[in-house]
Amino acid sequence: MIGFIVLAAVLGLGLVGWFSARTRARLLYTGRGSLHSTPGYHGWHMALWIVIPALLAFATWSSIEPGLIETSVMSDPAAAALPAGDMERESILAEAHVIAANPGTAAFNPLSAQLAEPMRAAQSRFDLIGAALVVLFAFAGGGYGFTRIRAGFPARTRVERGVMLLLLAASLMAILTTFGIIASLVFEAGMFFRDVSPLDFLTGLHWAPANAVGDDLSSNFGAVPLFWGTIYIGAIIAMLVAIPLGLMSAIYLTQYASPRLRRWLKPALEILAGVPTVVYGYFAALTVAPLIRDFAAAMGAENPSTESALAAGLVMGVMIIPFVSSMADDSIAAVPQAMRDGSLAMGATKSETIKRVLLPAALPGIVAGVMLAISRAIGETMIVVMAAGAAARLSLNPFESMTTVTYQIVQLLTGDQEFNSPKTLSAFALGLVLFIVTLILNIIALRVVKRFREAYD
Amino acid sequence: MSETPKLTARNVDVWYGPKKAIDNVSIDIDNGLVTAFIGPSGCGKSTFLRSLNRMNDTIADARVTGEIKLDGEDIYAGTMDVVALRARVGMVFQKPNPFPKSIFENVAYGPRIHGLAQGKGEMDLIVEKALIRAGLWDEVKDRLTDAGTALSGGQQQRLCIARAIAVSPEVILMDEPCSALDPIATAKIEELIDELKDNYAIVIVTHSMQQAARVSQRTAFFHLGSMVEYGETSQVFTNPREERTKDYITGRYG
Repeated sequence: MIGFIVLAAVLGLGLVGWFSARTRARLLYTGRGSLHSTPGYHGWHMALWIVIPALLAFATWSSIEPGLIETSVMSDPAAAALPAGDMERESILAEAHVIAANPGTAAFNPLSAQLAEPMRAAQSRFDLIGAALVVLFAFAGGGYGFTRIRAGFPARTRVERGVMLLLLAASLMAILTTFGIIASLVFEAGMFFRDVSPLDFLTGLHWAPANAVGDDLSSNFGAVPLFWGTIYIGAIIAMLVAIPLGLMSAIYLTQYASPRLRRWLKPALEILAGVPTVVYGYFAALTVAPLIRDFAAAMGAENPSTESALAAGLVMGVMIIPFVSSMADDSIAAVPQAMRDGSLAMGATKSETIKRVLLPAALPGIVAGVMLAISRAIGETMIVVMAAGAAARLSLNPFESMTTVTYQIVQLLTGDQEFNSPKTLSAFALGLVLFIVTLILNIIALRVVKRFREAYD
Repeated sequence: MSETPKLTARNVDVWYGPKKAIDNVSIDIDNGLVTAFIGPSGCGKSTFLRSLNRMNDTIADARVTGEIKLDGEDIYAGTMDVVALRARVGMVFQKPNPFPKSIFENVAYGPRIHGLAQGKGEMDLIVEKALIRAGLWDEVKDRLTDAGTALSGGQQQRLCIARAIAVSPEVILMDEPCSALDPIATAKIEELIDELKDNYAIVIVTHSMQQAARVSQRTAFFHLGSMVEYGETSQVFTNPREERTKDYITGRYG
């Protein structure tokens, strides 16, 4: 609660600082060239010096405050009665926290009620200290900033640098988050590989994490069926749909469609990319999968399953079409008109020109598009969760249910799970493998695209 | 104009949508010599050239009216096969545009799509002959598998000429073939045009009046979509009949 007030106060102080510094700088103005920077820059310089140190102080305090509160609550006589066990102890403290925030809440454990009062006291004490610290930093920064308001002070340069650092921090945030994700993946996967050998994981043919107890761990964590399911659905069935359809629609749109038709068709195709994957998921599960089951039954299969690799793969292929077609469209359109004219002037027909000149010239871009599409397909989750099934099966029969890496990750991490069992940790190992594969595909695709662009510029 | 002309155009108009780009042009183009189209930018000379092998078909709203005949056959008639027409009327473009294939495959492209060679030996022969005629053979014979795009600009343009003559056309249209080349490469192409003219009817669009004077025997001067004057090159340049031609040639405008 007090946090919002403090933040508002800091911003208010910043505003006050901005106005006062600007006003003061104006007083220094005696004629053209008398000030290094305009008064506005002095205002911003001051405001940055108030807001940034105060916000840093606020962030630091917010991260150490809970620890301080707990230490202080522990020193309360009532805390001596806390049980030693980690889980119980933490649940009591958590309950005390809730009661402290909402007085009058009934306590499940009487001890929580006793601890609530000291906790509330500690909280308000440390909140006040924190607020005072933040305001102190704001004033200290502001005081420093105010002494800088002199005619020759390069406030403009400093503010520019401040803006640059702010933007840098914003972009680093995204990168650091990515690194954080990678680090947590690697760390958790490392925990998993202490129990299960990576070789067994990557080459084993039997996947049954539910049976994995005791010493027999490795034999139940063979991920090959999952890899196979992922590749079969995402890279084979889906691509058999997406590559021909995407490529042909790109050729039609760039070479045959009239400009007016193209203006309508291209956005319509791109709408496919905007359909939420969960919608594709129930389309696959409710519409396509039963059709395929009936088809399989008509072909004479016994007890065909409703969930099938084919249903998931087909719908995924449709989902991927816009990726393939828009990359192919771009790279075909990038082939110089002169090359097309050259071929037509030789007496080649339109389709000969496309087949022999345009497609070979556009091939690198098309390949890159396909790779991006594959990396998108194998990371796709909703469709396979809804339509592919849970059975880890090594099979070539597209009518059978199959499972994928993403589906298993969902399975392993949803619901109540212990976070230190190999079963749960295996999800991170799967995630790591998926991440590495899509990363490699993306890197290759980007390099191919880059080289291709250079060729025609 | 001695024998029966190779190409005849009568009252040709070319429209781009509602805009008239060529107005009532009639011309006879003869075998065995070079005809140059000159005129200021935007005068329609390239547009008219492109209507001679129906390359204007590739532009969505282009329309050609009037009559253009190749050996007495109307090329805009419904029965005319555009593919066959373009095999007979080849074209070389302003900017060298070799295909992203090897030197050999660039030249073999036309013979292959038109099925001119039976077997590898015959194709090798066609490619070699075309490269020799284009004056490129000695420079590339040891690296026929290299990419056509790896050649220099002048070599690329001669490769495009070799590509055009590999299908044994009767007419070769050249749309400012030297405008992207340096003077030495230009001189080579002009020499080549001079050698080729005995076997083909060559039509060349050029910006450079000196080039027209050097390589052509007939010259047509275009201005604002009409053909102002057409005649022997020496006559057009030294003794033009029309005032506008004279103004252009003496550098009054353009």
